[in-house]
Amino acid sequence: MRETNRSIVSIAQRSWTHLVHPLALAPLALLVLDFFGNNLTANPIQDITLRTGLPALVLLVLSLVCTPLNTLFGWKRVLTLRRPLGLYAFLYAAIHMLIFFVLDYGLDFQLIWQTTMEKPYVLVGLAALLLLLPLAITSTKGWQRRLGKRWKILHRLVYIAAPLAILHFIWLVKADIREPLVYGAVVALLLIVRIPAIRQYIRSRQRREPAAQPIDTRA
Amino acid sequence: MTKIPPIPSSEITPEQIYRQRRRLMIGIGATLLGTGLAACANPLAAPVQPTVNPNSTPQPAPVATGAADELGDKLTPYEDVTSYNNFYEFSQDKEGVAPMAGSLKTRPWTLEISGMVAKPQTIAIEDILKRFPSEERVYRLRCVEGWSMVIPWLGFPLKQLLAAVEPTSQAKYLRFTTLLDPEQFPGQRSGWFSWPYVEGLRIDEANNDLALIGTGLYGKELMPQNGAPLRLVVPWKYGFKSIKSIVKIELTDTQPTSLWMAAAANEYGFYANVNPDVPHPRWSQSTERRIGELSRRKTLPFNGYAAQVADLYKDLDLRANY
Repeated sequence: MRETNRSIVSIAQRSWTHLVHPLALAPLALLVLDFFGNNLTANPIQDITLRTGLPALVLLVLSLVCTPLNTLFGWKRVLTLRRPLGLYAFLYAAIHMLIFFVLDYGLDFQLIWQTTMEKPYVLVGLAALLLLLPLAITSTKGWQRRLGKRWKILHRLVYIAAPLAILHFIWLVKADIREPLVYGAVVALLLIVRIPAIRQYIRSRQRREPAAQPIDTRA
Repeated sequence: MTKIPPIPSSEITPEQIYRQRRRLMIGIGATLLGTGLAACANPLAAPVQPTVNPNSTPQPAPVATGAADELGDKLTPYEDVTSYNNFYEFSQDKEGVAPMAGSLKTRPWTLEISGMVAKPQTIAIEDILKRFPSEERVYRLRCVEGWSMVIPWLGFPLKQLLAAVEPTSQAKYLRFTTLLDPEQFPGQRSGWFSWPYVEGLRIDEANNDLALIGTGLYGKELMPQNGAPLRLVVPWKYGFKSIKSIVKIELTDTQPTSLWMAAAANEYGFYANVNPDVPHPRWSQSTERRIGELSRRKTLPFNGYAAQVADLYKDLDLRANY
């Protein structure tokens, strides 16, 4: 009995990270449900656009949370979430862009070009998506091996993509930019803790205060 | 009904063509979403039933006297007109306005008209409705955010109200003010905007026959979410110029600063005439989406009312005075 309990616990410990899949897909599932339930507001295309854009941003921010969580608390397992979070962020961003190009602008390339050049928010949004594209392609173990050290450098492109996504949000809000600024502050914080000097400072503090390290709770 | 000269037929997308586009869009949408969209008969056009409190519950759609505007554009369904609203005094979420709008008490209500007028007066809403009989006007509403509706308004020409107060010769502008009451308008508790909502018109614009004081739509009294009990309707300008729930109109000799001019002067000018040639940093102004339609349509200069209002601006550089 005890054996079974232990194995259930260990399975639960090992597999809670799989929850990322249903949670990340939930906004998309709700969108599809609301689509069939005619629940997409009087302006459905705008609704779909917002409801794919926001999950893309949230998932991208969450993918940036993992590494600092490990740095601060030594939670190794969250590192495995970076790949699915980043890929789901890309999925939503790609749908978001396709909605804009295909449904909203009806693949009218002249109009799309005009709009993209005229409105900086479209340009930076597109730039953010294009930066995420190579990261999505090279997210596999095979590409990681093939690129070796360069893989890590390549994937630092997300440090540019995330601020661009924030800028995209700020520029498309009508006047009250408090919401995008909150996301912006979070992204800024997540990037600041990655600066080598600051990272080292955090690590050195942890060494002085061993109680803060989860490993020591076993002692 | 005002006689409005017809738009040259060359400027109107034939119905057949935009219907074809629409079918094309639906087909693409089905592929894109990987769902059986085509199986549902035009699901996106179906009205949305919002949850609303009793005071702002849209009644079953009354029958409008006409089914279309002078260009042949279909009326936007009553449910959409009363559930998709920009009214930041309640909420910044367009779908969130109607469920909250019951907090606005539209009786008793008075309108003060003052400033540079010979006969300043404060009139109760009941007297306004009696003194100025409402008529129906079907107007297009073009929001600066790039969507539009066709609405059968009830109202009376603003110039009738002006005539009653006799503006003095110095009066050049009208300054409209919305009710300021954070109890009824919870959105006014946000310090982000300089409440109350203020809008302005030049006096010759206000005297144009198209300028309406709206009192209702679809043959009924205005709902709070649509700006009850009195609002401005200036269909050749972006929607935000048509200020809602007005309590005061002042005649002045200086150009009023509207709430949106104060919030972002580089985006929202005093005139805010619908103009496909003046781009906006966020939304396409050369095209728009009519609520209920999938594909975009071209935005017309002055929202299709150039014949009635273009003369007002013949000495004005419309690119500089957006």
